[in-house]
Amino acid sequence: MIDFTLWDILGHLLRALRWTLALSIIAFVGGGLVGALLTWWRTSQIKALQLLVRGYVELFQGTPLLMQLFLIFFGLSALGINLSAWTAATIALTLFTSAFVCDIWRGSIEAIPAGQWQAARVLGMSRLQTLRHVVLGQAVRIAIAPTVGFSVQVIKGTALASVIGFTELTRTATMLNNAAFMPFTIFGLLALCYFCLCYPLSRYARYLEKRLDVHGSR
Amino acid sequence: MSMVRVDALYKSFGANQVLKGIDLRIQEGEVVSIIGRSGSGKSTLLRCLNQLELHDSGSIEINGKRLDGEAMSARQLSEHVGMIFQSFNLFPHRRVGENVMLAPMVVRGESREAVEPRARALLESVGLGEKFDAWPGQLSGGQQQRVAIARALAMAPKVLLCDEITSALDPELVGEVLRVLEKLAVDGMTLVLVTHEMRFAREVGSRVVFMHQGKIHEQGDAKRVLDDPQTPELKQFLASTR
Amino acid sequence: MLDFLSLLPYWQVFVEGIVTTLWVTVVATLLGLAIAVPFAWLRLEGPRLLSALIGIYVELIRNTPFIVQLFFIYFGLPALDLRLSATSCALIAMTLNLTAYATEIIRAGIQAVPKGQREAARVLGMSPLQSYRHVVLVPALSRIYPALTSQCIIVMLGSAVISQISVEELTYAANFIQSRNFRSFETYIVATLCYLGIAIAMRQSFEYIGRRLFGFLQGEQR
Ligand SMILES: Nc1ncnc2c1ncn2[C@@H]1O[C@H](COP(=O)(O)OP(=O)(O)O)[C@@H](O)[C@H]1O
Ligand SMILES: [Mg+2]
Repeated sequence: MIDFTLWDILGHLLRALRWTLALSIIAFVGGGLVGALLTWWRTSQIKALQLLVRGYVELFQGTPLLMQLFLIFFGLSALGINLSAWTAATIALTLFTSAFVCDIWRGSIEAIPAGQWQAARVLGMSRLQTLRHVVLGQAVRIAIAPTVGFSVQVIKGTALASVIGFTELTRTATMLNNAAFMPFTIFGLLALCYFCLCYPLSRYARYLEKRLDVHGSR
Repeated sequence: MSMVRVDALYKSFGANQVLKGIDLRIQEGEVVSIIGRSGSGKSTLLRCLNQLELHDSGSIEINGKRLDGEAMSARQLSEHVGMIFQSFNLFPHRRVGENVMLAPMVVRGESREAVEPRARALLESVGLGEKFDAWPGQLSGGQQQRVAIARALAMAPKVLLCDEITSALDPELVGEVLRVLEKLAVDGMTLVLVTHEMRFAREVGSRVVFMHQGKIHEQGDAKRVLDDPQTPELKQFLASTR
Repeated sequence: MLDFLSLLPYWQVFVEGIVTTLWVTVVATLLGLAIAVPFAWLRLEGPRLLSALIGIYVELIRNTPFIVQLFFIYFGLPALDLRLSATSCALIAMTLNLTAYATEIIRAGIQAVPKGQREAARVLGMSPLQSYRHVVLVPALSRIYPALTSQCIIVMLGSAVISQISVEELTYAANFIQSRNFRSFETYIVATLCYLGIAIAMRQSFEYIGRRLFGFLQGEQR
């Protein structure tokens, strides 16, 4: 067994932190882009597209993220598509994120009262113009708090990339623990790292939610 | 040529037949008040006139243009018909001035420079010249409804439809909105209003249309219809509103 | 080239995995909800210190990944000379996890009950505990029931992670099978569909139970 000081452990974890961060940011941005496209389709007037996106969202919300990772990493490789753990994790988390933000954003758009659509319509605006100039500006205000809140789920989700062998925070911690069996210290510090990433975002999401409640009538 | 021409209009929601053969002519510059009990189909008739609801059969012509389902786009329609809602429906995330300017800019592609003077003049004419940069949420209900009128007028419609536009207002705010309508009437705008303000209908309106169970039950010159109702249903209705 | 038939010999492994997934989910759900109800009350009405401790616990759980919580318990407890089976560790982790989320959901639901309701109960002579039970809890639960349903499903889906400490549930079964038949794509597809089926079945059972439990309330609100 190797002896590690607290500082050694923390140093290793902090260096691994950037991979967790990188994966989180890419998944969140990528998921946001794909999610925007999905939201667009979901709220379109083409029944087949709506149905397709509903199925997609149901699938990703109704199955474990770990299974999605396994399918993309091991499953595709059995079909001859070999992805690195990094690529597989990025793809899986992006798809996972897109399904959830699509659901949040669709809900926000549907929360806009029908009167707003009608008012725009009688002023001569098309569906697209109404969406862009009337609905989106209001929907964004509703969506922002839950979207920030969901970013916490994305960060926590990246921990599962450790299972397919991507060396981010959690995998670094398990490797450290294998070498220097100090589970309380190592996993305690690991938890602390995640907490420091997630808690401010959670607080921010709650603050946004409160602020919206106060100014909601405007 | 009539400004509004409705022939044998039918409309159902599922099994509920709401409009049962409406015939209506409205001349340019007329102020027509539609009265009747709740559920008699007044809103539905108005919403058919600008295709917020699509009618089942019959025909509607506005300013000589026939409305047939999707035949006329929202954009074309807005050149002819404007509408004010009971619940104002201002866009809450845009300032008052932007509410008025949005449709001309987005729908007609006019430049901000071209629209702004007109928007300011319209707001001035409804008595809200100084509210150009206010948020809708900062205004009283009466002020919001006047902004909604200015917003509708910005598209220069030939006909303005008003569906109980003072019903959501506190009593002391009703007058300021009615005064704006009266000015429009004097200026020759064609107005079709669903209203409970019998005094307004009598003094300002040129004609009153009484709807009962999906049909036009009685109509005629405003003073005549209100002062001397012919049918028992209208008599009963007028008695209940006193 | 896809060959789902190669999975047939392993159907029993799948079934056993599903059974394990189901029962750990049920146990964690029942335990978690049972603890969360008093926790939510203590968080709102309890002594300040206790309320603060529960608040910290809730935030700690909600802002760290489940897999880290699981490893902390699984690797940490033996260091305290507490020897528990992997399944027990998994149950503890799942219960702790759900309790935190459910406490927060129920707390929010209680706070949304109009103050006048409680005051009415007080005026009628109910004790705080009686008014909590009869006037606050039931309407609050019916309002947050959809959120609780989703959270319980999330716990079920999260249980895939306990395969990592060798609890032989559905994901573990899938891993085992694909290491034998080298058909990982087909195996994981089937496992994924099983999870989807369980999630849908859970949602529908919750809806059914909800209608039985709160049906009268929904009727009143209309
Ligand atoms: N969108 C709709 N869907 C179904 N039924 C409707 C809809 N709009 C109106 N109705 C029904 O049509 C009837 C007439 O409604 P409405 O035109 O609003 O009456 P009024 O404005 O005279 O009170 C009512 O019975 C109402 O329930
Ligand atoms: Mg009406």
